[in-house]
Amino acid sequence: MAGVSAWLPFARAAAIGWMPVANGPMPVAPRDHSKRKDELIVLNVSGRRFQTWRTTLDRYPDSLLGSSEKEFFFNEETKEYFFDRDPDSFRSILNFYRTGKLHYPRYECISAYDEELAFFGIIPEIIGDCCYEEYKDRKRENVERLQDDQEENKDLKLPNMTARETMWRAFENPHTSTMALVFYYVTGFFIAISVLTNVVETVPCGTSTQQKEVPCGERYTVAFFCMDTACVMIFTVEYLMRLFAAPSRYHFMRSVMSIIDVVAILPYYIGLVMTDNEDVSGAFVTLRVFRVFRIFKFSRHSQGLRILGYTLKSCASELGFLLFSLTMAIIIFATVMFYAEKGSSSTKFTSIPASFWYTIVTMTTLGYGDMVPKTIAGKIFGSICSLSGVLVIALPVPVIVSNFSRIYHQNQRADKRRAQKVQKARLARIRIAKTGSTNAFLQSKRSGLLDELLELTGTEADEQKLSKSVSLLESQHYHLLYCLEKTTAHEFVDEQAFEQNNLETALQSYTSPSPSPSSSHGESTSTCCGCRARRKNTPPYHHHHPQRGPLQELSAIHIQCVDPASHKTSRSSLNQKAEDGGRVNCRRGQVTTAIISLQTPPRRPPPPPIPPQAPPSIQTMSSSHIVKVSAL
Amino acid sequence: GGALETWEVEGLQTVGILLVVCSSLKLMHFLGLIDLSSPDSIEDDFELSTVCHRPESMDKLQEQTKFTKKELQVLYRGFKNECPSGVVNEENFKTIYSQFFPQGDSSMYAHFLFEAFDTDKNGSVSFEDFVFGLSIILRGTINDRLNWAFNLYDLNKDGCITKEEMLDIMKSIYDMMGKCTYPNMQDEAPREHVENFFQKMDRNKDGVVTIEEFIESCQKDENIMQSMQLFDNVI
Repeated sequence: MAGVSAWLPFARAAAIGWMPVANGPMPVAPRDHSKRKDELIVLNVSGRRFQTWRTTLDRYPDSLLGSSEKEFFFNEETKEYFFDRDPDSFRSILNFYRTGKLHYPRYECISAYDEELAFFGIIPEIIGDCCYEEYKDRKRENVERLQDDQEENKDLKLPNMTARETMWRAFENPHTSTMALVFYYVTGFFIAISVLTNVVETVPCGTSTQQKEVPCGERYTVAFFCMDTACVMIFTVEYLMRLFAAPSRYHFMRSVMSIIDVVAILPYYIGLVMTDNEDVSGAFVTLRVFRVFRIFKFSRHSQGLRILGYTLKSCASELGFLLFSLTMAIIIFATVMFYAEKGSSSTKFTSIPASFWYTIVTMTTLGYGDMVPKTIAGKIFGSICSLSGVLVIALPVPVIVSNFSRIYHQNQRADKRRAQKVQKARLARIRIAKTGSTNAFLQSKRSGLLDELLELTGTEADEQKLSKSVSLLESQHYHLLYCLEKTTAHEFVDEQAFEQNNLETALQSYTSPSPSPSSSHGESTSTCCGCRARRKNTPPYHHHHPQRGPLQELSAIHIQCVDPASHKTSRSSLNQKAEDGGRVNCRRGQVTTAIISLQTPPRRPPPPPIPPQAPPSIQTMSSSHIVKVSAL
Repeated sequence: GGALETWEVEGLQTVGILLVVCSSLKLMHFLGLIDLSSPDSIEDDFELSTVCHRPESMDKLQEQTKFTKKELQVLYRGFKNECPSGVVNEENFKTIYSQFFPQGDSSMYAHFLFEAFDTDKNGSVSFEDFVFGLSIILRGTINDRLNWAFNLYDLNKDGCITKEEMLDIMKSIYDMMGKCTYPNMQDEAPREHVENFFQKMDRNKDGVVTIEEFIESCQKDENIMQSMQLFDNVI
């Protein structure tokens, strides 16, 4: 209705036809009190200005632009609505208001477009018919790709899985462990052996006493029987193990692969049961045919086979069409050929079903030559038959092929992504980026503390230098993390320090907590408001510094006195090896700087001028007055 | 059974050859070399939709109707948005009107409306027709409006409304309600309503309602007079 809202006055006027026939009075009409004439409103989307009538936007009152939600984006100074979104996508959204039809631009990324639609409160289902197919296709591709991603993430999963889950994972993905790989190859080998046995069984090898060719199966019955038994036993064991490990046994039993497994091993057992009954031995021979199904077990080993099967399934309609059109053509041509050849003598075309064979052989351009038309009419129709056969078969094939190629390429992409090298490199880069931000936070914690130091000292220049290095956004973010630390009474550390801590706590025992830490512990409860003091339960190893070897800590004083250039060096040395945090012990507003020593560049700073009471002890941290700033 | 007679063989061959000739003709038509199609094809439809109509200038329309410039602007923008070619044909008209009545079937009433708006009977409603009609309904005197309504009811434009015409109109109005109504829609409702109408309007009980009877009866009816006032504030 919204698209034609401009015609509402017309519809209301057309109601004049009801008035004279109405039996009662009409309800009162709503009056337009707003006195808001149709005005132009300006929509500024990232600098590009769009202008439209207000009534255009009012057509769809349940979207962002049509409702009062857009008032949130109104800019008082410039009297326009500002949206910080992509102007290119906005074009199609605004066109939706204007024309009532939503179009999907082909060059647009599907997820970006979806986000824009969601932002402006428009449901994608109203995309016009002209663009809906394209949209749906792209969306499906995207979902498939995401599913691939998720599946591969599932593999790098939990370390704590039950035996059952481990087994299932080993079955599904043989690359997870060596045992799984061994199992995979063993089963593959036995499948091959079994198929080969079935084939060789029927090869004639040598003559028997009656001067007749006998197949090898009958000659070496025992050997083949043993081979068969061995294979079937392996398959049975494998099936039972899969059944045990499956997370949902019911689903597993209904799956295609398990049915193939069962069909592969069943003939053997049935054969065991009824070997002696002559009547059913005929049926038993038929059952042996099912042994060839063992070859399908290879589809677990070959991805190409699986893709082929999946393609055939997804092209079911095309295949159905192919079959149907072929059947139609066969019947037509068989009938025609039969009646055309009816006249000639000793013709092979004895009935229409008999002509089917000729038609099929001709349409698929096989041309065995066992049935050929002899009359002129028959030859004419025979040639038409073969020409049309080529066409009918060639038509659905490209569809199937393109489907197969699309699915195959998708799988190739997934495999490439799963390749270890790429994955590892990518993860490493992501990890570096993440630690970069963590280190930035930890770095800023120190500098934040120093900001306060500087506030107390009042050195303006240095303060400005420091505050420039961190933007407001970042500083607010860091403040948030800081608050979290304070809440939980724990601290953020980076990976190496964490591992180191664990190592050390394992190595050293919690012996003799020196009095100072305990006293510091006790005192640290009095936190002052002026500083970001925080209490931390330091493991006692802090006080076993001399045993730890070379400490690499960063001098807080350093930071204070040197320019930002050396910030970086200190930060890099920080990354290499740093210890876990220290304690900030604040006593009545006196903040003492941490004393941390640098190992490599021995730029020993002068003692800090600010804290009057802090002794610039270098290596030990036993003094309770000393504020330990986390070096991380 | 024995060999076939030669004539039978020849017959079969003739049949075969006929078939071949027919299918090759069909093939050539399909390829576009010859044209076997019937005279009326869909190409004619394309002619109509590419016609573009431009209305008279706004000043002239302002003189002829009672709308202000701004109102004309708003009307034209809405009109042109829905019908970029400048004219509405009946299909379009019905589609637009049906959007306002999602529950029922408004196609019949829309058809009558179309007939009423299309004053020059050329099968399409241009902007001028549209605006003239609206001008009468929304800005005309009560008499003008009643005249226009009478024109709507008088399907064959012979100056009087018969019971059948009224029944058609009534049915079309009731159709717009759709099925889901309270109380349930009876089949006899339109007919009863028509009887009611004629009782009220038909003074001389001759089975038809003329324009004078119509206007006179409407002017006497308070409700109708009041509802006619509704149209003053539509735009």
